[in-house]
Amino acid sequence: MLCIPIDALETNSLSQQPEPLRALPHQVEIKLLKHRLSAGFPSPAADYAEDGLDLNDYLVRNKPATFMFTVKGQSMVGASIEDGDKVIVDRSIQAQHNDIVVAVVDGDYTIKRLYRNQGKIELHPENSEYHPIIFKEGAELQIWGVVVGVVRRYLMRGA
Amino acid sequence: MSLRPQFALVDVNNFYVSCERVFRPRLEQRPVVVLSNNDGCVVARSYEVRALGVKMGVPWFQIKDLARRYKIVALSSNYTLYGDMSNRVVHILRGFSPNLEVYSIDESFLALERMQSCYENTILLGKNIRQRIKQWTGLPVCVGIGSTKTLAKLANHLAKKNDVFDGVCDIDQLSLKEANAWMSGLPVDTVWGVGRQLYRRLTAIGIHTVLDLRKASPQYIRNQFGVVLQRTCEELNGVSCLSLEEVAPAQKQIINSRSFGIVVSEIEELREAVAMHVTSAAEKLRRQCLVSAAVCVFIQTNRFQGDRPQHHPSLTIPLLAPSDDTLVLITAALKALDVMYRPHYQYKKAGIILLLLSDKRIEQRALFDNVDSARRSAQLMAVIDAVNRQFGRHTLRSAAMGTQHRWAMRADRRSGRYTTSWDELPVAR
Repeated sequence: MLCIPIDALETNSLSQQPEPLRALPHQVEIKLLKHRLSAGFPSPAADYAEDGLDLNDYLVRNKPATFMFTVKGQSMVGASIEDGDKVIVDRSIQAQHNDIVVAVVDGDYTIKRLYRNQGKIELHPENSEYHPIIFKEGAELQIWGVVVGVVRRYLMRGA
Repeated sequence: MSLRPQFALVDVNNFYVSCERVFRPRLEQRPVVVLSNNDGCVVARSYEVRALGVKMGVPWFQIKDLARRYKIVALSSNYTLYGDMSNRVVHILRGFSPNLEVYSIDESFLALERMQSCYENTILLGKNIRQRIKQWTGLPVCVGIGSTKTLAKLANHLAKKNDVFDGVCDIDQLSLKEANAWMSGLPVDTVWGVGRQLYRRLTAIGIHTVLDLRKASPQYIRNQFGVVLQRTCEELNGVSCLSLEEVAPAQKQIINSRSFGIVVSEIEELREAVAMHVTSAAEKLRRQCLVSAAVCVFIQTNRFQGDRPQHHPSLTIPLLAPSDDTLVLITAALKALDVMYRPHYQYKKAGIILLLLSDKRIEQRALFDNVDSARRSAQLMAVIDAVNRQFGRHTLRSAAMGTQHRWAMRADRRSGRYTTSWDELPVAR
């Protein structure tokens, strides 16, 4: 990314300018530059400028219905959801068989795969060391939302 | 073509308590209260708590015995969470009608007249709203519908208090006989805008129920009580006088004040608190693109301890030029504080008011104003706001705010900021 502080462009004294604030990526968006650099050739890319990639667009389908949870424990490692991961939960989606869901069991949240077949309703862990949660006939399963994504950070070195 | 106005009032049941329950399922069916700042008074009650006869606003210490006996769960108010949930509800409601007035943190008016073709009937629309907000956010709402805002509000009251409506009431769908029967069963202060004082005056002249007010002559009401209540009377009869306020009117002043968690006598601590209030108020000021021309500062000892020496001064300082610069406003506020402060008093509360607000874009400069310093100030504030947006409130702040905050308010029972803080997300196992 181009890191020219906006001020530098206004005063034309690049060497005198302090380092741009790394904390402020909004201040160095390329979009802004196309208006400032009108003296030279117009950028051939200006008409094709698009916003950068936004993870929210990728992960969140329905903003007011989307919530995040922190996962604790190993019960879903088989589905590549590990201890400490953040999962994205959409409440507006109707849960179906085989969806990963967040459910309320005995007043606590649990994340499991929903198994719904021939009148049987169960919550399956993705780890052979855990047991499925089986609901007796007539018992009500309270599904809080459907898991639509998972995010994990590996390291935060650097800026 | 002008359509007959039609309004819906959508209101979240027990809003604060419901927000808490969404993220703490164990609170379901349990009596829950939410306490005001500093855990002082009850500001929200679940139905179970209402059934125990606990009134709104009672001090928490007065019901502690009751709370122990019935295992009432008491929570500090968590406005970060409530604010986020409120935004979600409004967001969803905009999907039902683009014409919307956010009336309070848990109530919105919707204009429906142009939406009629999209829905079979208003009851179905109301049920749809209710179902969607419940599923998407977990919050229960009631919907009241009527041809005026006052009727929509009344319909909402009926929907909330009477199970037969199943959470949705369109007062215009009731027959005249039914509507009159409901209205004759409600005291006149159920009506939007009729407070305790008006209630007393109305009952004195024989207007006891909502129906009585509806049947009163608007001209008579105008002569006796003025045009505001006349409008209410007209609205009860289906004549729409109050329109949707889609754009919030510009704020006239910004107040920031808080009681301390402890009593405070030292000027240093008062200075920190005042600087903190100015900082928050200035942020609000800049968000609305306003500038302030005067700062009022007040400090108060505890009025409820009449045996202690009392001191409740306030002082307003005008600014040379209107400003939205936190540092300028803090300097003025601290000057006011230094003038008022007397040692040896035990202060319980401090606050500030930013007055004489105006639009920043049409501000008038002082004759000897330094244009360059104004530009620098604007840049500095922009950077401060941006840093704090990204790294959390008060990351970058005036040193006057201090760091210890021994006086900070108590919120010992606050639940997590489940929707706005990475460290406080709900946990699933």
